[in-house]
Amino acid sequence: MLRYTVRRLLQLLGVVLVLSMLLFGWLRLLPGGPVSALLGERATEESRRQLTAQLGLDQPIFVQYGKFLGRALSGDFGSSTGVQPGDAALEVFLQRFPATLELSFFAIVLAVLFGIPLGYLAARRRGTWLDNLGVVGSLVGVAVPVFFLAFLLKYVFAVELGWLPASGRQTGGIDATRVTGFFVLDGLLTREWDAAWDALQHLVLPAMALATIPFAVVFRITRAAVLDVLDEDYVRTAESKGLTTPVIRRRHVLRNAMLPVVTTIGLQTGALLAGAVLTEKVFAFPGLGEALAIGFERRDYPVLQLLIIVAAMVYVLVNLVVDLSYAVIDPRVRVR
Amino acid sequence: MVNSRTARTGLRRFAAVGLTTAVAVSMAACAESQRGEQGGKVGGTLTFAAAGHPKLFDPFYASDGETFRVARQIFEGLTGFKPGTAKVEPALAERWDHSNDGKTWTFHLKNGVKFHDGTDFDADAVCKNFERWYNQTGAGTNAAVSQYWVDNFGGFADGAKPSLYKSCTVKDTHTAVVELTASTSKFPDLLGMAPFSMQSPTAMETYDANNVQVRGDSFEYPAYGHEHPTGTGPFKFSRYDKANNIIELVRFDDYHGEKTKLDKLVFKVIPDETARKQELQSGAIDGYDLPNPSDWAALEQAGFQVIKREPFNIFYLGITQKNNEKLRDLKVRKALYHALNREQLVKSQLPAGAKVATQFIPESVSGYEPNVEKYDYDPNKAKQLLAEAGASDLTVNFFWPSEVTRPYMPNPRDIFGALRTDLEAVGVKVNAVTKPWNGGYLEDIDQGQADLFLLGWTGDMDTPDNFIGTFFADPSNRFYTTVAPWGEELSAELRRADSEPDENKREQMYKELNKKIMSDYLPGLPISHSAPALVVTKDVRGLVPSPLTSEEFGPVSKG
Repeated sequence: MLRYTVRRLLQLLGVVLVLSMLLFGWLRLLPGGPVSALLGERATEESRRQLTAQLGLDQPIFVQYGKFLGRALSGDFGSSTGVQPGDAALEVFLQRFPATLELSFFAIVLAVLFGIPLGYLAARRRGTWLDNLGVVGSLVGVAVPVFFLAFLLKYVFAVELGWLPASGRQTGGIDATRVTGFFVLDGLLTREWDAAWDALQHLVLPAMALATIPFAVVFRITRAAVLDVLDEDYVRTAESKGLTTPVIRRRHVLRNAMLPVVTTIGLQTGALLAGAVLTEKVFAFPGLGEALAIGFERRDYPVLQLLIIVAAMVYVLVNLVVDLSYAVIDPRVRVR
Repeated sequence: MVNSRTARTGLRRFAAVGLTTAVAVSMAACAESQRGEQGGKVGGTLTFAAAGHPKLFDPFYASDGETFRVARQIFEGLTGFKPGTAKVEPALAERWDHSNDGKTWTFHLKNGVKFHDGTDFDADAVCKNFERWYNQTGAGTNAAVSQYWVDNFGGFADGAKPSLYKSCTVKDTHTAVVELTASTSKFPDLLGMAPFSMQSPTAMETYDANNVQVRGDSFEYPAYGHEHPTGTGPFKFSRYDKANNIIELVRFDDYHGEKTKLDKLVFKVIPDETARKQELQSGAIDGYDLPNPSDWAALEQAGFQVIKREPFNIFYLGITQKNNEKLRDLKVRKALYHALNREQLVKSQLPAGAKVATQFIPESVSGYEPNVEKYDYDPNKAKQLLAEAGASDLTVNFFWPSEVTRPYMPNPRDIFGALRTDLEAVGVKVNAVTKPWNGGYLEDIDQGQADLFLLGWTGDMDTPDNFIGTFFADPSNRFYTTVAPWGEELSAELRRADSEPDENKREQMYKELNKKIMSDYLPGLPISHSAPALVVTKDVRGLVPSPLTSEEFGPVSKG
């Protein structure tokens, strides 16, 4: 197991190295680049030449890559040129990571809180109006683009009804103390209840928009898994033993049906970043998704480089953890 | 009877709850609220949306509008601009006088002015600011870092390039004398621009304000510019909550002028224009800049104030003479100008208040010449001129930018469409090339890859040099006038006019130059001057729109 883990971690290193090479080359092939981003419309040919030389961009690309790698190993990924101009790219990442994590957490909580009970109920009452409504609702959830839903929620609940804030993480006038970067948690820890409540309100609409796809998937998997389990022999046996329905549901049906649901929740959590790019942009929610969107728009290469590498690392690491967990959960799976 | 499994489960639950409580209590114990007694109050706060994060708060190293918007509230210059105009007026200098040759400027400073950190504002502080600008070293001398200095003063103390600045001397506590190496029309107006604001020498020294370093593909700025900007303005810097996209300024109670009525001024970064509009509609912000002209009517109907600025910009169709030899023929350039229906373009594509341009400077700038050669919309004349020049088969690479709106160019796609139709109507074959504004457009223009391109300029101050000097004073410019037989001559004429110390004579020189540019040179085709707007809620009072897009929030109040 240890050898396997070490081997996979070395593979991860290789993946990151190759990815960083490709990314470095690709970003430099794109038109624009850091010189245009820094000089803007006041640039002249002379100032472009001077800056290109000062930043070492006139050197061969492998020399530039070597320098980039050297700096990256010491945690220096350059400074942002568009997302938060002048800030270290790593700082941009560290500041925005809690925002995306907080939003994703609330989105997945919403998806689970509604997806599992409704999926279970739909399976138990298969063919009824509740089941049909749930199935259609989940189809809509998967089919409707996240950005459209985000716009719709925002327009109805923030602009027209004014019930919830339209954008951001916290109202400007609130003088909140920062501890962890998770605003709701910070408000609770510091007992600044108004700050926690305000941050929670800011999370509702983006979390709802972001939760639609995971909700739909969790609902459908729960429903299918429960239907499968309901047909199993051990459920019939439990019924014939005279166990009460709540006990059968809790101990036998739900518990066994949860295995694929938990796997699905794990996979959906990993996929939330894609949805977060659109949701955060619509709600001006200052997380990694918004940084990626602005980074592409304003050609902020240092930030894009870091975020894409981190996203790839997270993806590979999650896969590794899933592979390892299979071996732990199911003794029949052997790793070599 | 309690079986052992239930007992174990109960014990585990108890342990889990206990552990969670202990962790929460211990975290709460280390996480005390750092609020003062005023915490959470929102009264007297004006929240204005910004379209992007400021680069930093030290305006000397900035060139972006978002930095300047914040900096104008924190800092003041020796000179300023009369509210609602681009005309220079006294600010931290009560008055000034200059020698006959325009090289020696004596500034008489206001008494009783203090920086936000308590440092006295005096002649010594003025000279320390000038010396700071001039003595930049290393990365600080790069045009990407000290862009306004390089554009306006030229070189630094290292002598690599000639500098307009010579010295600054303290004559007495409240009198500073600045020596220039040449007279310039930009002085003293340029001292009213945000980059040349007066900053506290004490704070700059304490927080190592000049320590700019190259970091990877960009630059790293010291803590001063991020966390400790210290000026003399009506607001002082409070905090920059990057995790929440909020910049907060508070009232400076020892301000030397009329104190602001607001307790706080908050800039909230909302990059998306639709999101800004919806935030305004939901009541979360009090205003934002540059609402889309197509939204003006709806916003006004909804009870918001759409405040239009006086047009102080120029939108032009640029011509590059580098590659397409036919464009070096004046007749061809005149033909293209006659082909454009600018009246129609201004009416159909630009916001209310926009005007057709007859030259490269707006009407309010000194040196504006009403009697320049006019080019009416006349497709037949255009065809005739093209035929005379042997260019009836003219083909042009016409570049237009995507992913951008500018105050002078609210919708590049539609504007390009209208101009293309006009050009094709007189037989010009147009190869359309579009590139993202930050994704190669400006770079390609600078490298001369376009024959025609869309671009413009918003003025920094009321001097013709800020417009036509910026475009053509350097012969290696975006129009590639260096290949034209008159390119060097135009540059020399512009430099002569800029350095003429006599104001009346200078104005006359610029008038003559504007005539010549529009009749003999025609390096590009001026299209329009647009009136960009701001939008605020109906209870915002005292916001005076600035043609320079440099509004001051000091006199603003709510309700």
